Amino acid sequence: MTPDKLAPEDAETAASPRDVSPFWYLLLGTLFGVVLVKSEAVSWFRIQEMFRFQGFHMYGIIFSAIAVAAPLIWILRRSSMKTLTREPIDVPPKELGWGYRYAIGGTLFGVGWALGGACPGPMFALASAGQSVYVAAILGALAGTWLYGYLRPRLPHY
Amino acid sequence: MLDVISRPWPWYVAGPLIGLFVPTLLLLGNRQLGISSNLRHLCAAIAPKDVAFFRYDWRRAGLWNLAFLVGICLGGLLAVRFLGTPEVAISAETRAALARIGIHDFSGLAPGEIFSWSSLGTLRGLASIVGGGLLVGFGTAYAGGCTSGHAISGLAALEKASLLAVIGFFAGGLLCTFLILPLLS
Repeated sequence: MTPDKLAPEDAETAASPRDVSPFWYLLLGTLFGVVLVKSEAVSWFRIQEMFRFQGFHMYGIIFSAIAVAAPLIWILRRSSMKTLTREPIDVPPKELGWGYRYAIGGTLFGVGWALGGACPGPMFALASAGQSVYVAAILGALAGTWLYGYLRPRLPHY
Repeated sequence: MLDVISRPWPWYVAGPLIGLFVPTLLLLGNRQLGISSNLRHLCAAIAPKDVAFFRYDWRRAGLWNLAFLVGICLGGLLAVRFLGTPEVAISAETRAALARIGIHDFSGLAPGEIFSWSSLGTLRGLASIVGGGLLVGFGTAYAGGCTSGHAISGLAALEKASLLAVIGFFAGGLLCTFLILPLLS
């Protein structure tokens, strides 16, 4: 794929013309942060327990989240329901191709997830939940994302 | 009631709640749950330079998600301040396994031996915190999503690409847990 061609994730950067106030997203994000911390999904210990297959907790969270979201997405995709601001709802499919980027990028992320015990959301929740050293992890993540953007034209995206 | 809230939430409460965010965001503004996009939006806002990946209208595309991210920070703060101090009850086997790689402080959300400002000066601290962060940033940008974008909303939308990404997450996580972490101890 040439770098100037739209990548699958760029679909989401094409914003809806009308949207509700950012306040609602702030409120939802707050709830999300509370759930992440109260479920201990932000804990390095829980991530270790998961990768060592020694507890069901994290698997339970991920599987039940998918089990709740999947049928609702299925219905929303097939219905003619509109958003609150009367925009159409569409979930654009992700372009698979040969899948190199998902396999390679996913594996690199997995190594980072097990090292730091936090994916992007939890990093931010942790940094404000008394684990201030995760600010350094966030700076690392920003540097990593920037590096990807810089190297992108030279990386395989099949 | 408050006691129930202040204890850690079981998976069968937290998981379905997390799942509900996906349709809620779609109904609010046709938005797809995915936190790692914010790393891209922040790069685009702070230092786009002349990198094509960061040359887009981040306000238009990402303001909603950045507001969501600020919310996550707020939520983290609220959860710890008012909803009880976390003490993670991981399995005894995990405790034993972690003790073998030199982790004995099980008091907080992350082991104090690795996750403190002073440990940034050690190889293990630097690799875990900054190295982990770098790989999370690079990997999610390359794969186009993280745990929320691929494992939750992607798998729930039955995306093959997300399944491949999640298999990658686990391949990388296992590799790190069983090969890299012991080396760092």
